[in-house]
Amino acid sequence: MMNSPIVAVRNLVKYFDISGGLLERMQFRSGKIEFSRTEVKAVNDVSLEVFAGETLAVVGESGCGKSTLARTIMGLYPPTSGEILYRGDRIDTLNSKEMLPYRRRMQMIFQDPYASLNPRKSVRQTLEEPLRFHQRKISDSEVDARLAEVMEQVGVNPGWRNRFPHEFSGGQRQRIAIARALVIDPEFIVADEPVSALDVSIQAQILNLLMDAQDQRGLTYLFITHDLSVVRHVSSRVAVMYLGTLCELAVTRELFDSPFHPYTRALLSAIPQVDGIKKQHIKLSGEIPTPIHLPAGCVFHGRCPYANSRCKHEIPELLPVAGTSGTLVACHAVAEERL
Amino acid sequence: MSLLEVKNLEVSFALRHGDLVALNDVSFSLDKRERLGVVGESGAGKSVTGFAVINLISKPGKITKGQILFDGQRLDQFSEAEMRDVRGNRIAMIFQDPMMTLNPVLTIGTQMVETLQAHRNISRDAAEAIAVRKLELVHIPSPERRLSQYPHEFSGGMRQRIVIAIALLNDPAIIIADEPTTALDVTIQAEIMELLLELCDLQDMGLMLITHDLGVVAEVTERVMVMYAGKVIETAKTKELVSSPMHPYTRGLINALPGHTAAGPGKRLEQIPGSMPNLTEIAPGCSFHPRCRFCQEICRTEVPLLRKVAGEPDREVSCHFPTVGCDDE
Repeated sequence: MMNSPIVAVRNLVKYFDISGGLLERMQFRSGKIEFSRTEVKAVNDVSLEVFAGETLAVVGESGCGKSTLARTIMGLYPPTSGEILYRGDRIDTLNSKEMLPYRRRMQMIFQDPYASLNPRKSVRQTLEEPLRFHQRKISDSEVDARLAEVMEQVGVNPGWRNRFPHEFSGGQRQRIAIARALVIDPEFIVADEPVSALDVSIQAQILNLLMDAQDQRGLTYLFITHDLSVVRHVSSRVAVMYLGTLCELAVTRELFDSPFHPYTRALLSAIPQVDGIKKQHIKLSGEIPTPIHLPAGCVFHGRCPYANSRCKHEIPELLPVAGTSGTLVACHAVAEERL
Repeated sequence: MSLLEVKNLEVSFALRHGDLVALNDVSFSLDKRERLGVVGESGAGKSVTGFAVINLISKPGKITKGQILFDGQRLDQFSEAEMRDVRGNRIAMIFQDPMMTLNPVLTIGTQMVETLQAHRNISRDAAEAIAVRKLELVHIPSPERRLSQYPHEFSGGMRQRIVIAIALLNDPAIIIADEPTTALDVTIQAEIMELLLELCDLQDMGLMLITHDLGVVAEVTERVMVMYAGKVIETAKTKELVSSPMHPYTRGLINALPGHTAAGPGKRLEQIPGSMPNLTEIAPGCSFHPRCRFCQEICRTEVPLLRKVAGEPDREVSCHFPTVGCDDE
């Protein structure tokens, strides 16, 4: 399974300029007018690879940059620096026309099926648009056949193709959004919190659907979520992000059995357990800093119980951990074996 | 008698095309220091239950049947003025989104003093002193300074702490928390839940925790009631409910949780087919029967009652066949 990476991200950086207009940027300081720049540092130097056939989950709390990472990979945001490669080809430098053949192979599923479907388009219009856009010469009968096939697969009655989104429940809408991603037969799908807006019983249906689609079509997923129990269930590898930085990347089972990074440990201990067996919560002191003023050194040092002076000054590198199947951890304490 | 007793409560909304029954024959009780969980998916009626207790059901909805007894008094018969004495005073409520609960243009101090002065004749200084004490109770660092700050100066978790502090101002006997951590991250959620647990003990309060998250319920509550389509379908001690659920819906809900499937990661999750019915189109008989694996003829025609289960003293289930299929899980 772990052969060639389908998507590779190298030293990806994404900053958003939020300084506003000219007047808002103007500052009067010691007799001079200066122009300041304010940037949200959403993704900082992230490198990772997604291998064909796997599900790589990216987890983290709100504001950690996981969605920005996903959208930048999809080309929805241009990266500030760094490279994005699709099967070895750089795609971050392409113009929209050159990007077209890649877009056909990469699709995205969003969190909120109420917002991601156009309320004024019927299911048929929603589903046939990507098909006709990417295959200009497709015949009407072929479109019909493809729609019927994909609707059948996601569990929406093909007879409902002329209905509008408001006639469907949240779970069914998410099925339609998945059908829209599947209809052009992609090989790589980015799912950004695809089940977070859904109830538990519907969540199980959609997760099953995503896993079935993966089996049947050999899909590769980049799965963005904050829900660790979902991660444990669907993914083969997990990347944990904190404040725009990748802090741990490991095979799912190993991450849950023996997390290394102090943040991963705290995160795992905070999941409420249904069996009621209370684990000791590892309490983190303080608040998540803003991504505008990133802390120097390790981004986690302000809340980390193991931080020392080195953590305050030196950014830890993502290093392999001995005795694991390729776990990467960015932590001085782990590297120094203090932990 | 318990501090709060709700008996056969029915809430309906008068709509153009007829009455919509949002709560149907809901009964429960809550005592001092007791922690009750109310679980269900969206549309189950769990929030309406919370609102009904403090009579916050707005038109066209109203309580059409049943009684709400608090401290021996019929809350459902209280006038709006009498109710205002109870709300935010004896019974307080916490909502999901702290940014919506707090007024963005008033300082925390003003909002806290206002809440106190609404219920007592108290000077601003005395009220501020109480506010500081309550902020300390919810672990807000340097509370005196914080009083002059606005909600936007706090993080999400801190805001929810402040909302809890406001709820505590008049030393309520009961706190109703409606999805208090749903908008927060897991690490913050763990902190808030721990705080609520601590406060129930410290302040002798009863807690009614409304949530869709079975994990949270399992960690915080002692007793739980599961709701489906406006009805209570199962109540039990939390531990027992989680380890041996009886109603097919409860069982399905627990088995649908990723990480709780016996099959293990990567395997198909057990799924309940279909979705919660719209309240206008509830099926006859048992409202769960169209989605139930164990549905029989009687389920289609006869409404099951919430009944005690033989050999299970603390449990009530509304299912014609509560034990069928329990063993194969």
